[in-house]
Amino acid sequence: MTDLLRRLLRTPQGAIGSALLVLLALLCLLGPELAPRDPEAIDFLGRFRPPGAQNWLGADQLGRDVLSRLMTGARSTIPLALLATLLGTLAGAVIGTLSAYLGGRWDEAIMRNVDAVMAIPGLLLALLLVSSLGKGSLNATLAIAIAFTPGMARVTRSVALNVRAQDYVKAALARGEHASFIVLREMLPNVVGPVVVETTIRVAFAVMLFATLSFLGLGAQPPAPEWGLMVAEARRFVHQAPWIILAPALAIGVTAIAFNLLGDGLRDALNPRDER
Amino acid sequence: MSTGWLLRRLFLVAYTVLVVSVLVFAITQVLPADAAVTLLGENATPEALAAVRDRLGLNDPIWLQYWHWLTAALTGDFGHSMRTGQPVAPMMLTALSRSLLLALLSILLMLAVAVPLGLWAALRQGKAADLVTGFISYIGVSLPEFVTATLLLIVLADWLQWLPATGYVPPGEDFWDSMAHLVLPVLTVSIIMVAHVSRMVRSETIDVLHSDYIRAARLKGLAPRSVLLRHVLRNALLPVITIVALDVGYLLGGIIVVEEIFALPGIGRQLIVAITARDLPPSRPARWSWP
Repeated sequence: MTDLLRRLLRTPQGAIGSALLVLLALLCLLGPELAPRDPEAIDFLGRFRPPGAQNWLGADQLGRDVLSRLMTGARSTIPLALLATLLGTLAGAVIGTLSAYLGGRWDEAIMRNVDAVMAIPGLLLALLLVSSLGKGSLNATLAIAIAFTPGMARVTRSVALNVRAQDYVKAALARGEHASFIVLREMLPNVVGPVVVETTIRVAFAVMLFATLSFLGLGAQPPAPEWGLMVAEARRFVHQAPWIILAPALAIGVTAIAFNLLGDGLRDALNPRDER
Repeated sequence: MSTGWLLRRLFLVAYTVLVVSVLVFAITQVLPADAAVTLLGENATPEALAAVRDRLGLNDPIWLQYWHWLTAALTGDFGHSMRTGQPVAPMMLTALSRSLLLALLSILLMLAVAVPLGLWAALRQGKAADLVTGFISYIGVSLPEFVTATLLLIVLADWLQWLPATGYVPPGEDFWDSMAHLVLPVLTVSIIMVAHVSRMVRSETIDVLHSDYIRAARLKGLAPRSVLLRHVLRNALLPVITIVALDVGYLLGGIIVVEEIFALPGIGRQLIVAITARDLPPSRPARWSWP
């Protein structure tokens, strides 16, 4: 484990990604406490105040401090996206592993249906699901989880098939090991790696998707300080106060970049043969 | 490519479309809004509501409703919008044509930029140019469409005042004005695809450049330009076609957000309007057109 961590931190992507992620995790945990002002405090006299001593990142259309909203908003934006990805991965892993295990015509049938669902672009599927489940953060989370499931099913299936064909599995079978031993000690540790890489990169996508849904009014609802929602609300004031829209927009971008970097770093760390 | 293979592929496409239509119908059926109430309003009498439910076939079992819808749809009748009372099909077609224009322009721009960019980066692998383009591509893929759209809007329409911010003008009316309105949306959608595809082109080209047959061609004494055009390009671009096809799927999703931001009356916008108004008939064919 420590070996993996060391390898991860040696790559530039892994190092920067991990550093950014620690920062984001801190924001999620301690953001509201560390925020200089109350994120919901409306101050009509301070509307549209540009960044300065009083509001480090400026004030928005209701006089609320943008920096405080940003720091508090990490908690509204990132954890649910993470949860959605984990749920999707779990569901996808079950389907994918089952399909790989069953093999033959069952495998084909399941995968054809998975492909059919994957024909619908993620955002669209999420949109439609949210439209029937109703607006809200939790429904958006569920919708994203469902939208991610077929993709993760495909990935886990291909990884499982790959691992199953490896020599060490055949050797274990030849040794007469029990099925549970093979699955737990030989297959699972090798399946987990690529799946974790894929999941990490998907979290970046989930954060963007969640923000997009909130932007369209179908995810987090006002006055939640969710970053996508902040961008949507700030659209009207782009001319007079661009800082209101730039702060959350860049925050989303940095988060996505952080997860992408971490995923890339993990991929490199898990493939020691790629020493360059 | 035998006819057998082609037929199997077509069958799979048809099957996919069918599954998608079932999925879409199933999901929209879960909409809690009662269609009859939406149509007549909250103060309608129970008898009137019952009559409308009967007329719309809402009391039939779900699979029967689906069957009715499917058979009607295959003849081109997509029903009437509950919000406006207008037939859905013509609305969809106009909206679809506008979105297709946007999609087509985006794909063309993307191909024109991504392929040369990827090739260029591959030929200068490891040097400053490669690293810079890689960095920019990374950023491009990590920003959601609405963020890129907003940034472009701020810079190009607001600060520099080069382009109009929102709205749509049909090409028939005023060609140049129409194009001016399309620049920002097309740019937004293309940026992400360019980032993605150019990285693919780059990595494929690098692989090909290191391959044996390229070394053989060079040892044979072929001029570098000829090597590039005749051998490298053809082999590197083949896998890229797959990526482009997959990206088109993404494109259709990205169009929804872009149409919303730039107020383009395309099919993405129709979808959002229909969903927000809980209008059943238009939201189904809008979804149907994606696969």
